[in-house]
Amino acid sequence: MSFESRDMNIQVSQTDNARADTGRMVVRFAGDSGDGVQILGSEFAKSSALNGHDLITFPDFPAEIRAPVGTTFGVSAYQIQFGGPLVLTHGDEVDVLIAFNPAALKTNLHSLRVGGLLIIDEGAFTSRNYKKAGYEGDPLDDEQLGKYQMLKINITERTHEAVEATGASKKQSDRAKNFWALGLVYWMFGRKRQGTLDWIQSKFAKIEEVAAANTSALNAGHAYGETMEIGADLATRPQQADMPAGTYRAITGLDAMSLGLAAAAACSGLKVTYCSYPITPATGLLHGLAKFKGKGVVTFQAEDEIAAVAAAIGASFGGALGVTGSSGPGIALKAEAMGLAVGAELPLVVINVQRAGPSTGLPTKAEQADLLMALYGRHGESPCAIIAPATPAECFQAMVEAARIALKYMTPVIVLADGYIANAAEPWQIPDVDDLPDLAPDFRTDPEGFHPFVRDDKTLARAWAVPGTPGLEHRIGGIERSADSGHISYEPENHQQMTNFRAEKIARINDGQPPITPERGKSSGKLAIVGWGSTYGAINGATNEMIKDGHDVAHIHVRQMSPLPPGFEELMRNYDQILVPEMNMGQLVKLIRAEYLIDAKGLNQVTGKPFKVAAIKAAALELLEK
Amino acid sequence: MNQQLTAKDFTTDQEVRWCPGCGDYAIVNAVRKTLASIGTAPSDVAFVSGIGCAARFPYYIDSYGFHTVHGRAPAVASGLKLANPELDVWVVGGDGDFLSIGGNHLFHALRRNIDLNLLLLNNAIYGLTKGQYSPTSKPGTRSPSTPVGSVDRPADAVLFALGAGARFIARSADTLPNHLPEVLTRAHAHKGASLVEILQNCIVYNDGVWGGLADKTTTQELSIRVQHGEPLVYGKDMDKGLVIDFTSGNVSLISDADGPVADRATVYDETSWVMANAVARMAGDNVPTAIGVIYCDPADEYISSLNDRVPYQPMQKSDLKDLLFAGGTWDRED
Repeated sequence: MSFESRDMNIQVSQTDNARADTGRMVVRFAGDSGDGVQILGSEFAKSSALNGHDLITFPDFPAEIRAPVGTTFGVSAYQIQFGGPLVLTHGDEVDVLIAFNPAALKTNLHSLRVGGLLIIDEGAFTSRNYKKAGYEGDPLDDEQLGKYQMLKINITERTHEAVEATGASKKQSDRAKNFWALGLVYWMFGRKRQGTLDWIQSKFAKIEEVAAANTSALNAGHAYGETMEIGADLATRPQQADMPAGTYRAITGLDAMSLGLAAAAACSGLKVTYCSYPITPATGLLHGLAKFKGKGVVTFQAEDEIAAVAAAIGASFGGALGVTGSSGPGIALKAEAMGLAVGAELPLVVINVQRAGPSTGLPTKAEQADLLMALYGRHGESPCAIIAPATPAECFQAMVEAARIALKYMTPVIVLADGYIANAAEPWQIPDVDDLPDLAPDFRTDPEGFHPFVRDDKTLARAWAVPGTPGLEHRIGGIERSADSGHISYEPENHQQMTNFRAEKIARINDGQPPITPERGKSSGKLAIVGWGSTYGAINGATNEMIKDGHDVAHIHVRQMSPLPPGFEELMRNYDQILVPEMNMGQLVKLIRAEYLIDAKGLNQVTGKPFKVAAIKAAALELLEK
Repeated sequence: MNQQLTAKDFTTDQEVRWCPGCGDYAIVNAVRKTLASIGTAPSDVAFVSGIGCAARFPYYIDSYGFHTVHGRAPAVASGLKLANPELDVWVVGGDGDFLSIGGNHLFHALRRNIDLNLLLLNNAIYGLTKGQYSPTSKPGTRSPSTPVGSVDRPADAVLFALGAGARFIARSADTLPNHLPEVLTRAHAHKGASLVEILQNCIVYNDGVWGGLADKTTTQELSIRVQHGEPLVYGKDMDKGLVIDFTSGNVSLISDADGPVADRATVYDETSWVMANAVARMAGDNVPTAIGVIYCDPADEYISSLNDRVPYQPMQKSDLKDLLFAGGTWDRED
């Protein structure tokens, strides 16, 4: 046995006062892209949810599909924070890090807190591998590792032993080591294996030897932990989640968007027509919707980004709900056609799963730098509605809301998600379908007094007459229309009037909406931290901790970026100071300053990584001390 | 709508804004006439266009119409068909719209074989932007952007379409008021993408571009009307013929001097991709331009094939509920 540890019964975090009061644990798996780290992570997340914990995950993978084995740029990681009563982020610091090779150790060790548990696959720490990772000597000899509790196990060899009897090849055996590690972690946290065993059987139903190898590996890892009593206390620490009664499932942002569009189809009765061109990190949406196989949703893989938005606009012209999704570079290409949808006043949903830019940038990393593009990145005066979900689960409601606005106001609606929200997972209380809003459009069928730009008095939406309706034949297009007849008009005053209508229509989206209130903290005070999109968890966590420490701070989160929510200015004026953390160089902060002349301060970060709670706390404390 | 439709039923009250003498007038008339004889109710017809002189077309056809973005009309029309496969969808564009800025979308609409009728009005010039040369202009075309003559080699719409995998390709001209409706009727009857190249005169910027080919008096000598099952014979006196050499793909001219041409000319087969290529690429002095249905070989149409594989059904709330609860769920109690 190559097992070696200073203390077999690892006692994680007993010495960590900083975290002793929390009922949460952060675990991070890191390995080669081919090591199955993402599967390992998502199975562990499912089991955490089934065990009653709240959780947030952070899949952190490279842009390369299968980078050379053992290199640092091929490292794929999966982080999860689970426990209770409430989990808001994937965790600033890691309590347990499982590193499958030297490259994974090198790129992930910094995330492990001092005193945390490091589990390494000793079998992968060969001189060849640590050289590939750029280490000069064996990294396990480094005295710096003394800061952590280390558990060296030859997972590769243990897996080989475990799967030998199944007849699996060496390659299949190598690939089963993620399940061995999962078995071990399941033991450490007192988890049941059955859910994953069932998943393996269904996932690999057609490749029996792989199913057998993975099953044996999972069981062997679990048995190993049990025999060695590794981390037996760990299971007792994470608390149960404090969540309302109901039925839950774990959901990623992309899955929530797919289901949200399915809900839009069910609630509107329309054919949701999703037209898209593959791009990271939005592609999963096309895959997710294609799985519905024509039920409520038709998917169309267009020849390019422009064709995708054009086809979606054509679908809306035809009486469907056209939807297109992409990431920043693709959205830039769609800009001209989005102008057509603004001018022709057709419903359209445009999903931007933002990534770090400009250009190819960091395709798999998140950023929030497309807010101003969404607002202003089109030719002419072309206002759109903009929605920004704050968490993965919120993506469901964001889609329903985007469809509602698009159909009610006959306008393009942009949904700003990002790579973090898209791939992170959290528990989601499944809504009652009967509580969802009725989105059925009011198609125009009466020829009396009809022209295509006849407007609803309240919403200013133009009449939607669908091709195929007798007697309502009409022509629309990108050329300015007469407000009175719907025919082409180059009249100067008419263009002013139509421009005003298009702007006013977007402003009226706020009609009847309640004023924005703080997510956490009081409605007035010394400091409000104002955020939008995926920074929600980190800001809310920071605010929570600061309030507990007796600070006068509140968290305001904007979910509707255009028009900005009712009461937003008034609310912000109730605080002495405003701090706006964003994963960009200052976009919402610029908007707040420009729109309201409020002296908001930015906290900006574009590392491709989500904010840490600690970073927001530090910036907030600095402002409070001034 | 049971009574017989007329061209007037497809005519809007909008004043036509093309230049006097533009070939587009004859084309819009031929299209209206064709629509009336096809007999689809105007409310079940939609015209989609991009940008350019030709793209003004929808305003003059009293049906549903959408004047969209430069080059993207085939993509918009594809989405329209996805939403409503029952509509009769026509897409109109010029040589710039379809072959320059929108070449990619034309390529993919043809390749996918979506049931669209695509009319390419080819005047070999950019009219709306005041006369620059286009991708179909002959080398040496003098224009404001090429004052000493263009140097690019032109694209041929028919060869492009053949390469893209189109299953229906035809060619006609604005000056052929009887021929054009025949070709349009065939294009409409074809299930799948149909491309009709319509050679068109731009009286302001490229007058006479198609030369005698488009001239009533000389067209019979300068063009050949290919017809399925008929020998490739042409000329006012039907005294000229074409023979396709299937080894080289070249076409040679024959004349009456050596005996009746009809006996020796190749019998045209519109389902033959090889023959279509041969008559599309023949070039040189004294060689006629092929007019008519050059290629028609139906294949599975995109929307109906899609519907066979994933038949669209509306999403019911009960379906949605099943989706929401699919996968692992768990219950929490208070």
